[in-house]
Amino acid sequence: MERRTVTAVSAETVYASKTLASFLSLLFARPAAEVVDLGPVIGSNVTFIGDRVDCKIHVEDLYADIDRHLRQGTLDQLSEFLSGRFPLPDASIDAVLGWDIFDYLAPPAASALAGELVRILRPGGALLGFFGPRACDDPRYTKYFIEDDSHLRSRSYPSACGQRWVLQNRDISIMFAGLELCDSVLLKSGVREILFRKSILS
Amino acid sequence: MHEELAGIGKSIVLTGELSGDEDLTVEGRVEGTIDLHDHVLTVGPNGHIKAQVIARAIVVLGQMTGKLIATEKVDIRESGSVQGDIVSPRVAIADGAYFRGTIDMQKTDPSTTADRTIGGVTAEPKTPMAEKVKPEPSSVNGEFVRV
Repeated sequence: MERRTVTAVSAETVYASKTLASFLSLLFARPAAEVVDLGPVIGSNVTFIGDRVDCKIHVEDLYADIDRHLRQGTLDQLSEFLSGRFPLPDASIDAVLGWDIFDYLAPPAASALAGELVRILRPGGALLGFFGPRACDDPRYTKYFIEDDSHLRSRSYPSACGQRWVLQNRDISIMFAGLELCDSVLLKSGVREILFRKSILS
Repeated sequence: MHEELAGIGKSIVLTGELSGDEDLTVEGRVEGTIDLHDHVLTVGPNGHIKAQVIARAIVVLGQMTGKLIATEKVDIRESGSVQGDIVSPRVAIADGAYFRGTIDMQKTDPSTTADRTIGGVTAEPKTPMAEKVKPEPSSVNGEFVRV
């Protein structure tokens, strides 16, 4: 992957993302898309998407949910919480920006979340997720800023979460049963960018 | 000529329906509904609003909870915090601002959208997304992983 620029300011990195381009092309093909963003609100992303397509964006910030459960000592209830997290009808969402949320969820919670996302995606809907290569205890999350159709800028920020999980490709495949693999790219960093789609026939 | 701006001061607590034909700045607390229709509502840094708001533009520097309907623009500044639903053709959220909820930027007549949203009626059914995009091989980024 070509790294366009690397800046030392706030440890921000801009890099090309092939799956983002595919994801956005699917999203922008929808005249009135409904999008779920699992990350914290990024104003420039809202503007970028809103300028290109009539849409409704659900800003969910599951990272804040994880931190809250950590602080309250209720991480063991996270699976149950995520199972009822989205009060959305089945097949009502056109696209999900999952970012790297699954890296911060224990396998049962990750499965519960994946199940919910598969449920709410409408046929033809797309889901973009990033999956890290190694478990670590770096207490930081990452915000992803959409620079243009094929570039992301990432910036880390403090979190209460001290553990990252690694999902194997097989586990990811099982978690997202019901979705088709549309695109998958292994970055030099080891991160796997994966774009899923729900079959139009489902 | 100097035109005085309408304002609700820090110590004011207002509960109920608030409507007007001029711009309004809120530094106090308001709970209920606010209808400024063709005018601008500014929630100052000290303002706390828990309400359904309809205005031409809404600028948030303080805290808001509820439904924000703007026919022109919603602007959440760095110090602003909004929890709820926004319906507006244009939404600007500054880096550092807090937002959680939904942002509806469908470019239909906002008043129509407002009525639909206020009534809690769901949007019309949609068709599936466009045809599947085929993955393109990449030799630059490393390798494809087929899960």
